[in-house]
Parts: sequence; C-alpha cells; structure tokens
Amino acid sequence: MTQQFYVSPEQVMKDRADFARKGIARGKSVVVVTCEDGIALVAENLSRSLHKIGEIYDKIGFAAVGKYNEFESLRQAGVRYADVRGYSYDRDDVTARGLASVYAQSLGAVFTAEQKPFEVELAVAEVGATQAGDHIYRLTFDGSIADEHGFLAMGGQADAVQARLLEHWRPGAPLAVALSWAVVALDAPRQAGGLAGALAPEMLEVAVLERDTPARRGTHRAFRRLADDEVAALLATGAGTDTAVGQGGE
Amino acid sequence: MDANPGLPAAIAAAATSSFTDFVARTTPDLLPFGRTLPAGDMPATPHGTTIVAATFAGGVLMAGDRRATMGSTIASRRIEKVFAADRFSVLGVAGTAGVAIDIVKLFQVELEHYEKIEDTLLSLDGKANRLGAMIRANLPMALQGLAVVPLFAGYDDAEGTGRLFSYDVTGGRYEELEHHSVGSGSMFARGALKKLWTPGMTEPQALAVATESLIDAADDDSATGGPDLVRQLWPVVYSVTADGARRVDDDELAVVVQAILDRRTAERREA
Repeated sequence: MTQQFYVSPEQVMKDRADFARKGIARGKSVVVVTCEDGIALVAENLSRSLHKIGEIYDKIGFAAVGKYNEFESLRQAGVRYADVRGYSYDRDDVTARGLASVYAQSLGAVFTAEQKPFEVELAVAEVGATQAGDHIYRLTFDGSIADEHGFLAMGGQADAVQARLLEHWRPGAPLAVALSWAVVALDAPRQAGGLAGALAPEMLEVAVLERDTPARRGTHRAFRRLADDEVAALLATGAGTDTAVGQGGE
Repeated sequence: MDANPGLPAAIAAAATSSFTDFVARTTPDLLPFGRTLPAGDMPATPHGTTIVAATFAGGVLMAGDRRATMGSTIASRRIEKVFAADRFSVLGVAGTAGVAIDIVKLFQVELEHYEKIEDTLLSLDGKANRLGAMIRANLPMALQGLAVVPLFAGYDDAEGTGRLFSYDVTGGRYEELEHHSVGSGSMFARGALKKLWTPGMTEPQALAVATESLIDAADDDSATGGPDLVRQLWPVVYSVTADGARRVDDDELAVVVQAILDRRTAERREA
C-alpha cells in the first residue's frame, strides 16, 4: 500500500488560495465606480466580443477578472437566476444582494470541494435611485463577499488601481469625471511598469448602469454599453472638468 | 462544474439561450402552458378582442382596443393587449386574457434572456418562430377553450422595413403584407383597413387608419370597445421604426380620435 502524505488543511487552503490568486493576478484590471449618473463599469479589454462586463438584470451589472470560461459560465448562471426570479416573482424582487450571496455560495463550495478553485473575482453592482442607494459587492475566489463603498478595483495589480481610485473618488461626480478617474486608475500599473501612453478608448470596455432609466429613456434596463467614440467624448469632457485628475497622474 | 450547490446544478449546467427551454426543464410549473387540464366545463374567463396592425414607410404600427369580455359582460374597460416584446418588436394578443398575458410576459423574458446570454438580438424571423413555438405549446389548452392568438410585428434591420406575422392556434406562422387584424372584431377592422390603408403611408397616417379601423370594429362587434371619451380611454398603440418601439402617448391619441369623431359627426352618415 502506498502511504498518503499528510497535508494539513491550512496548507491545502493556502495552496488553493495562492493558485487562484496567481491566476487572477495575471489578468488586466476592472474598475467599478459609482457617480451621480449611475455606475460606470470599466475594463481594460482589447477584445470586442469576449466581454468582462455584462448585464444581469434591470439594475444589476456584472464585472469579472480571471479565467474567461469560468466567469462567463458564472455570468450566464447569474442571468438565469435573475430571469427566473424576476419571472416568478416580480422584476423588483431581483436584487444584487440576493445574486451576490448565491455567487458567494457557489464560489465557496467550489473552493473547498473541487479539484481546483475558480480563478476569478467578480463584482455585482446595482444602481439605486440615488448614489447613496448604489450597491457594489466584491466576490473573491473563496466565496468571500464584501460590500464596497463607492468604488472597486480588481484584477492584476488591483492594489495600485484601488489606491489611485481612493485618491480621486468623491460622491456626486458626473459620469464623465468618474470615467476619467477610472481610466487614470487603470493606467496606474501601466505607468509604474513604464508603459508609454494612456489607455485609448479602443483598449477599454465601458458600460454604465444608468440611474432612473424608466423616466429618462423609457426602459427598465439600466445597463448600456458605451461605444468607443462615446467613451472618447466623455473622457475629453471629464478630463477638462476635473482638475484633480491631472494632478493625480504624477 | 457539477457540484455547485450555490447555484442549483441545473442553472449552472444548462447551456441553452432559451429561457422557455430552461424553465421547462427546471421549473415547468412556471410556464403558462404545458399542463393537462382535468375534464369539465371551463367557467367564463375574460377574453381580449381586436388587434390591428399596419405597415408604413419605415416601420409598422399595432393597435388594440381596451375591452375584455366574459360572455356578454364587459370584464375590463382598461385591459392592455398590445405590448413591446423588446426594443424592435411588438405583439398584440387576442383570446383568453389570462393565458395571453402570461405568454406575452414569457416571450418578453425569452427575448431579453437570449440577448443577455448571447450578447446579440435575435433576428426578427427568429423571434417570430419562438412565438410560434409558444403558441403551439399552448395547443392542448386551446382545445379546452383557452386559445391565444397573437399578432407579431417588428422592424427588420436587414430589410429596413416593418414586418408583420399572424398565427393560428397550432403555432402556424404566416407573414402578412400591408396590414392585418386578429380577434372578434377583426372582420370589420380588416374591411376598414382594406379601404383606408395605402402604400407608403407616413406614421401619423397609419396611426389614424389603425385607430379608425378599431372604431369601425367597435361599431359592429360588441366585444370590441371604442374610444371612451368619458373615461378618456384610448386604444393602446405601439409604433416600431429603426429607432425602436415606442408607445404612442395618450395626448397624441386623443387628438387622432377626436379628429375622426368630429369628421364622422359632421358627415352624419351611417358609417
């Protein structure tokens, strides 16, 4: 009989966590920022079709970093969960909190029971009637759930991005300004790494959960992807309006 | 990922873009159709009546009266039977109101679900086929007297025109040209449409024609409600163009209805 080596549970969990962290750190970052006009979801993503940001339900958006196949299956599962819930109860009964706790259970169960944990980190955002009513939940590979206030950064070198956001973010900013903060924050690791040139709109995937869409646009769906030219226009206005953005870049 | 207790395994594993298929597999009780009814007489249930649709240059328009009847009683004066299915299509339903409204709700979720999962809109033909499948699934209920007959219209991006589809209770899908009508007052509405509709109409002209054909249907069919001036109730009208589906607002309809009634009052004719 072969003898099994004893590995302590602490070591197993640590190994799994390190494995997942490494996988996530390889990717580019994603930023979620609340602002006066809603919630901006911004990712550094060269692909036009393999999205890191998606729509879940009327007021709920999804952003992810890590392995595409893993977070895409989680996104689709989230859409199914939300649509079934909204269909059987009412559209108002689908909340980001409910979805986030279901995701947390899934991620936690996979982390402890499966061969390999999910190498993903997720954000679930829900736009409220006012900026104070916005919710952003961060879900990590081990099923931890955190309620983030105002903004969130995740992915490769998330600490640098999060730190830059912390410098800039304040409540009540218009979308254009919030978007320019997000781009400056996403740029932080690139600048530290000596990469020349700021992030161009073509290198970004941007979506927004707009506030109060039934009254403003006559639709219950708050999620809207922004095209490159729209992003460029917003960034041009945002950089001009907010002087702090220029100073923060040093 | 089979062991996935957070999300029920079925939700995590299902690889379908169809909401209806997914619900049929996991929670079939939620579907409006697909149940076998016990033998017995169906009590009277509210029925929705007349829907008209007409194409115009660059789009299509659909209008429905506001009456639901239960036998010879008026069950509702305010029922809405025309809905936006998604951004570029609308549907109206005639028949058993309860089942019809549930099918509309399911169809709306079906289209939105597909769009979210696949990140693209279904083609107009694809949408029309999905609706046909739902009506076919309702056939056992139709045989028990709970029939639903929809009318579907949308803007076809590829062709740049509005298109129109009618259905029978078996789910048969037929593309209609120019205009069409379903429901108890449809014979009278269609007669009016044949005389009033002309090719290449503008949207306001099509709106006036659709409204007038509903007034004609209400004139001869007791189950179709005419515009209610006392309660200020107008037909529900949706118009679909390249810009998307929009509900024609009540102020606009009040003007159109008043113009038709004024003209007819001045003419003092039988019809």
